[in-house]
Amino acid sequence: MFAYIIRRVSYAIPILVGVNVLTFYLFFVVNTPDDMARMHLGQKHVTAEAVEKWKAAHGYDKPLLINDDVIGIARVTETIFYEKSVRLFAFDFGFSDDGRDIGHDIRQRMLPSLAIALPALILGLLVNITFALLMAFFRGTYVDVSGVILCVVLMSISGMFYIIGGQYLLAKLLRLMPISGYDVGTDMVRFLVLPVLIGVVSGIGSGARWYRTFFLEEAGKDYVRTARAKGLSEPLVQFRHILRNALIPIVTGVVVVLPLLFMGSLLTESFFAIPGLGSYTIDAIRNQDFAIVRAMVFLGTVLYIIGLILVDITYTIVDPRVRLS
Amino acid sequence: MQAAIVECNRWYIPHMARWLLACTVLLSACSDQPWNRPYPAVDAGRNILYSSFSERPNHLDPAQSYSSNEVTFTGQIYEPPLQYHYLKRPYELIALTATEIPVARYLDAAGNELPVDAPADSIVYSYYDIHIQPGIRYQPHPAFARNEQGELRYHGLSEEDLADIYALEDFAATGSRELTAADYVYQIKRLAHPGLHSPILGLMSDYIVGLGAYAKTLEAAWTQAGGAEQNAYLDLHRYPLEGAQEIDRYTYRIKLNGKYPQLLYWLAMPFFGPVPAEADAFYSQPGMKARNITLDWYPVGTGPYMLTVNNPNRQMVLERNPEFHGESYPGEGEPGDREAGLLADAGKPLPFIDRIVFSLEKEDIPYWNKFLQGYYDSSGISSDSFDQAVSIGAGGEVSLTDDMREQGIQLNTAVSTSIYYTGFNMQDPVVGGNTERARKLRQAISIAIDFEEYISIFMNGRGIPAQGPVPPGIFGYVDGDAGINTHVYEVTDRGPRRKSIEVARRLLAEAGYPDGRDIETGKPLVLHFDTASAGPDAKARLDWLTKQFAKLDLQLVIRGTEYNRFQEKMLKGTAQIFQWGWNADYPDPENFLFLLYGPNSKVELNGENAANYRNDAFDRLFDQVKNMENSPQRAELIAEMIDIVRFDAPWVWGFIPKQFSLHHAWYRNSKPNLMANNSLKYRRIEPQQRLIMQAQWNRPVLWPVIALLLLVLLVVLPAFLAFRRQQRMSALGTLR
Repeated sequence: MFAYIIRRVSYAIPILVGVNVLTFYLFFVVNTPDDMARMHLGQKHVTAEAVEKWKAAHGYDKPLLINDDVIGIARVTETIFYEKSVRLFAFDFGFSDDGRDIGHDIRQRMLPSLAIALPALILGLLVNITFALLMAFFRGTYVDVSGVILCVVLMSISGMFYIIGGQYLLAKLLRLMPISGYDVGTDMVRFLVLPVLIGVVSGIGSGARWYRTFFLEEAGKDYVRTARAKGLSEPLVQFRHILRNALIPIVTGVVVVLPLLFMGSLLTESFFAIPGLGSYTIDAIRNQDFAIVRAMVFLGTVLYIIGLILVDITYTIVDPRVRLS
Repeated sequence: MQAAIVECNRWYIPHMARWLLACTVLLSACSDQPWNRPYPAVDAGRNILYSSFSERPNHLDPAQSYSSNEVTFTGQIYEPPLQYHYLKRPYELIALTATEIPVARYLDAAGNELPVDAPADSIVYSYYDIHIQPGIRYQPHPAFARNEQGELRYHGLSEEDLADIYALEDFAATGSRELTAADYVYQIKRLAHPGLHSPILGLMSDYIVGLGAYAKTLEAAWTQAGGAEQNAYLDLHRYPLEGAQEIDRYTYRIKLNGKYPQLLYWLAMPFFGPVPAEADAFYSQPGMKARNITLDWYPVGTGPYMLTVNNPNRQMVLERNPEFHGESYPGEGEPGDREAGLLADAGKPLPFIDRIVFSLEKEDIPYWNKFLQGYYDSSGISSDSFDQAVSIGAGGEVSLTDDMREQGIQLNTAVSTSIYYTGFNMQDPVVGGNTERARKLRQAISIAIDFEEYISIFMNGRGIPAQGPVPPGIFGYVDGDAGINTHVYEVTDRGPRRKSIEVARRLLAEAGYPDGRDIETGKPLVLHFDTASAGPDAKARLDWLTKQFAKLDLQLVIRGTEYNRFQEKMLKGTAQIFQWGWNADYPDPENFLFLLYGPNSKVELNGENAANYRNDAFDRLFDQVKNMENSPQRAELIAEMIDIVRFDAPWVWGFIPKQFSLHHAWYRNSKPNLMANNSLKYRRIEPQQRLIMQAQWNRPVLWPVIALLLLVLLVVLPAFLAFRRQQRMSALGTLR
């Protein structure tokens, strides 16, 4: 397995380079260094000289990808791409265009993102699995039919509506919790209840329906019939046999998103004023801060690759028939 | 199944309901605070003002901060020598840390002093000697902390000393010292620092003697010292600047090229606030920047407040500066202020509020709802909530809705010192130029674009049509019929009326485009509108604009692009018609008229004259007007300039927005002051009244939750009971 992981990690390097080049290209297609300078210097009284000085001070006065003014390897190394990207591979994110240490900011913002994403994921799993099991257990009855209808209804509602509706109903009309905000320590819980609750409820529709199909698929298999035939109680059949086997696709589906939980949720963080990494990325795009954008895309790619490797490893754990080679 | 439901009804539901009720009572008893209160319970009833910010300020360094979300903070911390009177209108400058408003002395080329009314072209230098009050002290800060030997304690720190330092509050000791004139000189020098990129360096280099050359000197020295890479420190005391000099401990002199009376307005901005050299040296130490401990993040000032929490990811907190020198609430204002209760606190010491908490609030909806719950003390009105807050009567009168009045919310309105206009690129071969044909085309379009309708449809009536480049509240603006642009409006007994579309059509025909067709080619005239707002949100506005041109049978093609490309088009002069805006830096007509000054052309000189308008007569008058003190003669010249541009019509004059803001009944001394950025010290709140109202408005409503839980139980329990019965049944269907 170790050799397999090493090989997968080595595959990641060209992927990271590719993503980096693509991010760089897409960013600079939309924003030239002059645009970035004007954005940072403000819209009033900005002289051409000030723009040039800003570019020089922030290393944006060089050619983007190839420097024709020099020869040899310097043609590549004395470019914005090389100078801004190489350090990323050592996880040195450097400074944002307004002078902040990006690594420090990421470390600070990771926790708030996780504080919402992790409970929402765990609670969502519990609720979805319970609901899906309930529907599968009572399949064909009013519980199953009404459950599926409810799922379809929940799936049809947009994420934005859940957020605005949830804030309006629970925080404004019923006044049960703060509408938005964030705090540290135990006070954090008061602010997390609503976004987590909304995260869980908004995921029930798709999650429970999806899991229900896994449970029903397993319930129709021979080993389940055998288990019932030998007189096992229905709870035992459900929990020991069906649930355990249906969990394989569920667990692998969850593992792949685990690393990405760090990256935060854009919409939720914005509406609930959670200082996470989702809003950090969006602010950087809005402010044309290439240093942050490239760091966040790089980090997201690394985490996604880690997620995929974790999935492969998880397969070998939850399904002993699978071997990595 | 029926039996199961009966069983359920008899036993489970009443038990469960009692249990839920008990839990609810218990929860309610835990705290007498509203459950939805977004602040720590310990702060309830304290003298704290709650506000918000939607974007983190990019800069808190006074040499860099310019945008409104930045000066909201720096304005309370840094004290420039002058400030605007909080209540008086028109806006009036008064001394802040200065002992009085400085009076300029003018000198000719030989260094002889000239009389105050000397012609501007005879003045080679202007001297402003600024005397500051003694005894003003800086906020407590580690940069001033001294050890037993009297040496600065946290200067010359090594990486080892910084091992346990992660934020400014990790420095155990703080100190303070008296404000001196040298601190103001130091800050003026900082405007030229190559690492700061001050937005006003270019402008100030034209006026402050030697500032441009000084920037070059500093750049060379900084590069030699290691530049940005090494966060190199430059001791600016070693580099003298002719244009800013310390005369004595409490006096400094600013020396200007020529005459520039607008300098006084700049002296009321944080750009000209004091920065102590110790702070600059403290923050420039190796290892500080890597810890994000910079002057840009932790400002050091003498103002009424100091920034004690700077976490723009969540919250920024200003707290009363214990070293504040003291100031009193103004004793006079404009007529009506006394009746409005704005003079009730006259003579009382400032600031009134102990702490100001700014919370991150990115979206309008949660912000608005929290304001209605009493958790924010004041609020603007977004388009989404306008109808909920404000009703506009048949005659256009503005009032609060019944819901707002019931909550005791009050409304403030103010006409902005801003202008939004539709500009013609004067270098364009069709709409630009000084030919009669192009001018009449522009005049026809100016009549056709009905900005009264625009204000009504898209701005909820929050604006007034502009009659020229100078907005109300600025010297040179003429109110009433005399101030009407007669090229676009007719003055009638019932006020000004936009000229009919027939007049516009006639002008268009005279321009050589009868019925919107070029008289020479017979082809329809197609015009292009360049905009950066091309998304779905802007569609209605753009459709409306297209219809305005269609009134003249002109075809308008919308050339939507993203903002950067739009900027590029403006810089290159390839845009044809565009919309632009300007927000006043200071309340002087020069700050608006310069937007049409030829040598300020955007294409030629990257200036703020976005229309690239050039008229020699206008430019000559501007050269005269810009250096004059406000006087009837200046007003006459301004009127003449406005007449010229109204006739030439390089802009469709657009509109001047009105600002609407709301505040709760416990919020006092609220008067919009669009120039002052240090007005938080005048605000006062009644915390106990707020506490009572918050409790009253935010009692939790629990019955729907209980009802929902019961409903879930009603659905699940029968299924559960049926399942249990099924488990207990034998194969023959009898219970085991």
